[in-house]
Amino acid sequence: MAKFRPLGVVPLGDCAAYVEFSRTLDLEVNSMVQRLAVALRSRGLPWLRDVVPALGGVALHFDPAFEGNVLELAAELAAQCLKKGLPAAKEFESEIELPVCYEAEFAPDMDEVSKKTGLAAGEVVKTHAAAEYRVLMIGFAPGHAYLGGLDARLAVPRRATPRAQVPAGSVAIANEQTVVYPYAISGGWNVIGRTPLAVFDAGRPRPSLFAPGDRVRFRAISGKEFARMAEQQ
Amino acid sequence: MDPVALALANALVGNPVHAAALEITILGPELRFEHVTLVALCGAEFHGGLPRNRPVLLAPGTRLSIGRAIRGARAYLAVAGGIDVAPVLGSRSTFLPGRFGGLEGRALRRGDVLPLREDAAALSQERFGALKNTDGRSVRWSAPLQTVPDREPVLMHAIEGQHFAGFDAASQRAFFDAVWYIAPESNRMGFRLAGPALARRDGDEILSGPTALGTVQVPASGAPIALMADHQTTGGYPRIAEIAYADVPRLAQLAPGATLHFAKCSLDTAVELRRDVKARVDAVLQSIAWEFGH
Repeated sequence: MAKFRPLGVVPLGDCAAYVEFSRTLDLEVNSMVQRLAVALRSRGLPWLRDVVPALGGVALHFDPAFEGNVLELAAELAAQCLKKGLPAAKEFESEIELPVCYEAEFAPDMDEVSKKTGLAAGEVVKTHAAAEYRVLMIGFAPGHAYLGGLDARLAVPRRATPRAQVPAGSVAIANEQTVVYPYAISGGWNVIGRTPLAVFDAGRPRPSLFAPGDRVRFRAISGKEFARMAEQQ
Repeated sequence: MDPVALALANALVGNPVHAAALEITILGPELRFEHVTLVALCGAEFHGGLPRNRPVLLAPGTRLSIGRAIRGARAYLAVAGGIDVAPVLGSRSTFLPGRFGGLEGRALRRGDVLPLREDAAALSQERFGALKNTDGRSVRWSAPLQTVPDREPVLMHAIEGQHFAGFDAASQRAFFDAVWYIAPESNRMGFRLAGPALARRDGDEILSGPTALGTVQVPASGAPIALMADHQTTGGYPRIAEIAYADVPRLAQLAPGATLHFAKCSLDTAVELRRDVKARVDAVLQSIAWEFGH
């Protein structure tokens, strides 16, 4: 792990610190950061309240009663984990197949995406469902996954005006990523489908369907299948 | 939002500081207590309600009417034993956007019944009985701790955020010189601040990074957002500043329209401020515990 060295450690206020490894999206760093977060959590330190892997680094949130130097301690903890060796990605990553209905009713931005990409709706669906994605980060809202691996032909900018409310389960694209909205929330990504599965349910043993590092595939389903699966949720 | 006022209210009824209480924002409820209940109201000052910052034993059938906030934005009503909702993800808080936690994941409405512990009435009597210096149904003292700022603009200490240097010189100055208003579209996730528009030197998008309580981020509009208790864990906007943890409870007491300004401080100063606040809170909590005979 000697090859990974932080660019620096920056304070996130006086109770948290961000150990930053990259300022651009680097998939190798992203995967390392996820493994580092798992290693940090497994230390079970009572004064380390949360560990949040972001795209290019990891944030350590300390208990406000902790009085030490958060920058030094964050750097030290990260260095210790890197030196000891990180858990292999396969020890915690899952494979997830997500059923998605791409029919017009659930795809308000499909026409716009077709226009911008020059691909017919059917081609957009086929291209979106053919790729394998990786969860790069959970953020924005509980269970909200940023998935990398979108086919470059589907790279479209975010909508100029975000929608006030995007329905739960909406599958959307922007730039070179795809997201699944865990619940009804405002959002600016281009919605091209919807999953009937609950992406986040605080009552489940594992509330978030997605975790950083998971590999994800989308499976196109009909409106009828959507209705049946939604009922079972 | 104001953990100091919450801790105080809980301590005054003999609870652990993190027990579930009612957070009352700007407009208060009318509550009826079926059984004898030991309560305490702390934080913002509201029309009606109760004598603040002290334990009060309410008789069965008491109707408590809490009106509008006069000073501050948030009051905390704690009851002996805490409000007995099931913890979700290790917390009894309500998370409105995700609709989980608290009572069915939503704001309270007329007719709701709040679950208290089965032994809440006995606990209330027992704890009130243990108090020294009682006077009828309350006590002869009140806790001296106050998070509601008594003048504006309210001073918030802040350290430079990771992207501070990426803002143009005028914006760097304006951030610490301007008086900012809390905008109406503020909530438990973040307070939107109205004032001069802030601009970055280069328009490059930054890679989404982490956020924390008190992070001040600046979206493309140039109007900053101070992240509060229900903030997201990561965000794609540049972070211009990080508000000192010690000052966040006072920020939580600002309603839309209230004013604040920022004073630049070092990380060491922010840590010292946090230590000072903790020492003051601990001392008050200890003196309250002494009144309960501990």
